[in-house]
Amino acid sequence: MVDVEPVEKEIQLLDANERRLDGRALDELRPIKIEAGVLRRADGSAHVEWGGNRVLAAVYGPREAHPRHLQDPARALVQCRYNMAPFSVSDRKRPGPDRRSVEISKVTSEAFSAVVFTEQFPRTSVDVFIEVLQADAGTRCAGITAAAVALADAGIPMRDLVTACASGKIAGKVALDLNKEEDNFGDADDRAADWGDRPLADGRPPHRRRVRPSDEALDRRHQADLRDAEGGAPPAVLHRGVR
Amino acid sequence: MDSSAARRELVIPGDVIETHGLKPGEGTYVEGGKVFASLLGIRSEHGGYVDVIPLTGRYIPRADDDVVGQVVDLGPSHWLVDINSPYPAPLHATESPWRVEFGETSHFMDVGDSLLARVISVDETKRVQITMRDQGLRRLTGGQIVEISYSKVPRVIGKSGSMISMIKSYTKTQAFVGQNGRIWVDGDPKDVIHAVRAVHMIDENAQAAGLTDAVEDYLAGAYGRKEG
Amino acid sequence: MSAEVISELMREHIVKLVASGKRADGRVPEEIRPLKIRKNYIGTAEGSARVNLGNTDVLVGVKISTGEPYPDTPRSGVLTTSCELVPLASPTFESGPPSPTAIELARVVDRGIRETKTVDMEKLVITPGEKVWVVFIDIHALDYDGNLFDAASYGTLAALSCAKMPGRMTGGADKPLPVDHWPVSITAAKIRNTIVFDAALDEERIADARLTVAIDENGDVRAMQKGLSGSFSYDEVRYVISTARRLGNELRRTIQA
Repeated sequence: MVDVEPVEKEIQLLDANERRLDGRALDELRPIKIEAGVLRRADGSAHVEWGGNRVLAAVYGPREAHPRHLQDPARALVQCRYNMAPFSVSDRKRPGPDRRSVEISKVTSEAFSAVVFTEQFPRTSVDVFIEVLQADAGTRCAGITAAAVALADAGIPMRDLVTACASGKIAGKVALDLNKEEDNFGDADDRAADWGDRPLADGRPPHRRRVRPSDEALDRRHQADLRDAEGGAPPAVLHRGVR
Repeated sequence: MDSSAARRELVIPGDVIETHGLKPGEGTYVEGGKVFASLLGIRSEHGGYVDVIPLTGRYIPRADDDVVGQVVDLGPSHWLVDINSPYPAPLHATESPWRVEFGETSHFMDVGDSLLARVISVDETKRVQITMRDQGLRRLTGGQIVEISYSKVPRVIGKSGSMISMIKSYTKTQAFVGQNGRIWVDGDPKDVIHAVRAVHMIDENAQAAGLTDAVEDYLAGAYGRKEG
Repeated sequence: MSAEVISELMREHIVKLVASGKRADGRVPEEIRPLKIRKNYIGTAEGSARVNLGNTDVLVGVKISTGEPYPDTPRSGVLTTSCELVPLASPTFESGPPSPTAIELARVVDRGIRETKTVDMEKLVITPGEKVWVVFIDIHALDYDGNLFDAASYGTLAALSCAKMPGRMTGGADKPLPVDHWPVSITAAKIRNTIVFDAALDEERIADARLTVAIDENGDVRAMQKGLSGSFSYDEVRYVISTARRLGNELRRTIQA
């Protein structure tokens, strides 16, 4: 981190017209392509290409929860596992979980536990496996989006499709869906998972509207972050890192 | 079914469902006075309710379902039967067609054996009871079992059993369609292959129009004739 | 790995079917499922291939960087093969450290590549004893429908064949990884007294014995691995090798394409 410090000042992340390095406006997403039902063995699956990210998600369940002592007699457990393939990043990642992936798995599980009608399947688990095949900043958000589609594809009853998007500050401005350079050299980043028309934990009563990851949701995410920046109520922040 | 065919509408979780005065049914939930889809499926109106018929999903047992099960464990007076659902079903010796002495369950059925059974009851916590004490319910010998998505089972059965009857009559096979997405087929091996292909066709193209004709074309082609 | 109870009825069905020279998916015993290979599938890898062998789906990524050679082989690059059988690919795969199955798979693939001298390890030396190219092969199972051994092996060969040694690490241009030989892995499964090739999942689950043969472009055997608790007779081994030689030539063209 220390050796990138001098570089930071050299890279101009926004031009005079508030266009970003890849030509996007501040509230513009990278191209997204979602395909459901891509795996045979899984009960549900999805592949998401989001900018340079490629993420697969598979859902197994509801199935008997193992080990048995984990079973909840009143509801299903939603267990997510986020994993990065060793070749998904520029420097090979050692296989297996690290602290980062364990944390992402935990918050992802929590995000989905809130929307799945878990009480319909007591004593079971709904297992969600997210595999990052190619990473380009925003993998957990692409993973959550893939997982939502895989859950729907598996026929899991839930309130809504959870979508997620990262936002951050570059050159002092709030921007959506940071790419790798912006993630590395920007001022701050955070991620939120939304469903319906509200961030997960902002305490407002649910107020419903269909959202598409491409426009409305993120437009609103953008406002939420501006509100955040202006000292309003914080949005549902899954993770916040400030460099 | 016919009246709703005109309004076959695909919905995803969170979509608002217009009820047109009907009651919210399965695959929906109500929040803030509005009805939403909780499943990926087809909006359907039936008997005063608006439901979402799931396109995919695991089989969740209900009373009176006929199922194809498989013994996965046994005790001195019961078998534990996998019925392709998240909930394995105990079959008590008293619910079997045999007089089973305590500790002699394995003499009648062992781990790996397949059987036809019926769901007697499912309680609040999804504890399931099944029975083999009815006509046609038995331990299976011979034949093979095809697994398909349980949501496609109605298509395999067809209107008043028309689809499965057609398959059976072309292929001269015996077949038992479990509500749990398992289908048992027995007969001459080359006929069983055609019957299984037909079932797979239905599983893969369940939403396609003209499915019955496509399956009949396949069977007619395989047997070089068309049934009257 | 959690085992699924195999239905006796299905076991008998498959045994009867293969004994009569047929298979559940309509293949003949010596038939390999359709093989589709997409090279350079992953942009963050130096080489990669996604392999579909029937419904079995495997992604192999090759990462190449520079590092020190092992002290006992100063004039040789470093190559390691790892495999993750992630739970995404099958209800029987569990998360956690690599299972014995995953380790065996990685080692069998590695042996096929290494013993054929597929990658000329001497050409990976930058400064003898100090700096060499280090090649990591990572096998990532995505959908398990039988015969991961061969799918992983084809993916590894395909990924190596399109891999580049990144010039940014040595201040030069990217150079293709030197791939000189093309070992093709063929796995036979023995079900009671019948041998089938490229077993699908249902066949693999009831197989008594498994034999994997890596055949080079001259038709010579470079590596072999017999698995499971059953056995092969001498004549059966000869049969497997001769069939593998025939099948291997066709598959090699698909992998090279």
